Parts: sequence; structure tokens; C-alpha cells
Amino acid sequence: MTMERVMFYLMSLMALGSGIYIAASKNLVRSVFMFFVTLLAVAGLYVLCMADFVAITQVVIYVGGILVLIIFAFMLSGRETLSALQHPNNKFISINKVPAFLLAVLFFIVMLNVIVKGNVNNIPWTGKSVLAGEMMTAKDTTVNNIGINLMGNYLLPFEVVSILLMMALVGAAHLSRKERGI
Amino acid sequence: MINLSDFLVVSAGLFCTGLFIILTKRNAIQVLIGIELMLNAANLNLVAFGRYDKIANGGQMFTLFSITLAAATTAVALAIILNVYKRYKTIDPDKIDSLKD
Repeated sequence: MTMERVMFYLMSLMALGSGIYIAASKNLVRSVFMFFVTLLAVAGLYVLCMADFVAITQVVIYVGGILVLIIFAFMLSGRETLSALQHPNNKFISINKVPAFLLAVLFFIVMLNVIVKGNVNNIPWTGKSVLAGEMMTAKDTTVNNIGINLMGNYLLPFEVVSILLMMALVGAAHLSRKERGI
Repeated sequence: MINLSDFLVVSAGLFCTGLFIILTKRNAIQVLIGIELMLNAANLNLVAFGRYDKIANGGQMFTLFSITLAAATTAVALAIILNVYKRYKTIDPDKIDSLKD
């Protein structure tokens, strides 16, 4: 077993384990901090896919931005969010969670079926790109290519996303303003 | 080298965990965490396929776009959650059952 494989299993175990912990825990604070672990593990998986720039972006935006926002909202919405602690009947498998559990498991089986039946390791176009030498190896630098593509092929999505970000910023500021009058 | 199917299985597991969280949690912030988990699973798929595309680099580019969109979504969703808390004094999605009156 190579080092790469060991790291892959470690990262996927961390991601799935902390995801299941989020699903199982009753404590909101703990689940927010376990989400932190999930995001870091997914960033590690991105690195194993040779996407180092995406992994850094994931760490900066998710961990630095989104998680801090979630913690802010949790703190601003007061003691009420902790009220789940006062209801002790919050086991992992209680009777009203059975449908959701069944749905999740069945959906997982369907996806596994798709992966097995689709024979994803032998898709024609991936085989072609391996033969043409278009597969990324650990020696490539991806940042240069991403910068050129961002200003070339993907210029329109880039501009659209920037407009959408501005709209979201204005919208969030508008939604969270203080109400006057009413 | 790690096979494509390994990444896809991990991503399917993350997606189903997110689905379970969305369906069972009774707190809008935890539902939001479930949505983010599902988005991450989709991004993992994009990046895993993007490894075979060195020139156009579509998988990684669209992962970057979707991370940006997730950030925008979260900002708006949290503003909505704070407003709902101000009006109803709770953020349990089951208890928020009246329109504007």
C-alpha cells in the first residue's frame, strides 16, 4: 500500500466519520466544529486529486468565511438554538428518523449501483486523455493554467459569478438591516 | 494512483450523510450544514473527474465557481435565519408555519 493510498483512506475516514458524527450529535456547537474537520478532510481529498489550488480555496473560503458566519449566526440567535439539549429523546435511531435513514441508505445504494454499472474506471474519454498525456500528475502546477483559463475560456461565468456575488452582498445587507417604523 | 471509483464512493457517502442531516435536524443552522455537506460531495466529484482534463481544466474551474456560490448562498441564508429568529424567536423549521400577516 502506497503512502498516497494510506492518506486517501485516512482522509475519507475523517470526512465520513465526522459527517456521521454531525448527523448523530445533539449538540449544535459540537456539530459545527466537526463540520470544520469534514471541510479540512475534503480539502485533503482535493489535494489527492491534484487540485491544490482548489484545496487552498476550500480552506480559505469555507473554513475562514462560511464557518465563521455559521458560528456568528449561532451566537446571534441566542439560547433558543440550544434547546435541543433539553429534549433527551434525541437518539440516533428514533422512530421518527427511520424514514430519513431509509431514504439516505437507499439513495446510497442507488448511487453505488450507478458507479458499479457505469464502470467508471474504464470510461472511454478518461482512457483517451490518459493516452494523450492530458492527465494531471503530481509534478504539474495547476495555478498558471487556472489563471489563464479564468481570463480566457471561462470569462463569462467569471463575470456572471461576480455580479451574483454583488447581488448576494446587497441582498444580505438588505435582509439584515434594522426595521424602521413597522 | 487512486481510482476514480474510490472518490465517487466517498462522495456518495458524504452526499447521503448530508441528505440524512437535512431530513432529520430540527434547527435551521444544522440544515444549512447538511446542504453545505452535499455541495462538498458534488465538488469532490467535479474535482475527481477534472484530473483527466489538464488543458481545459473544467472540473477545477467549476469547483471554484461553486465554492463562490456556496459562500454567497450561506451569507443570504444566515441573514434569513437571523430575521426568522427575530420574528418567531425560534429557528426550528417545523414551527415556522405562518406567512406574512
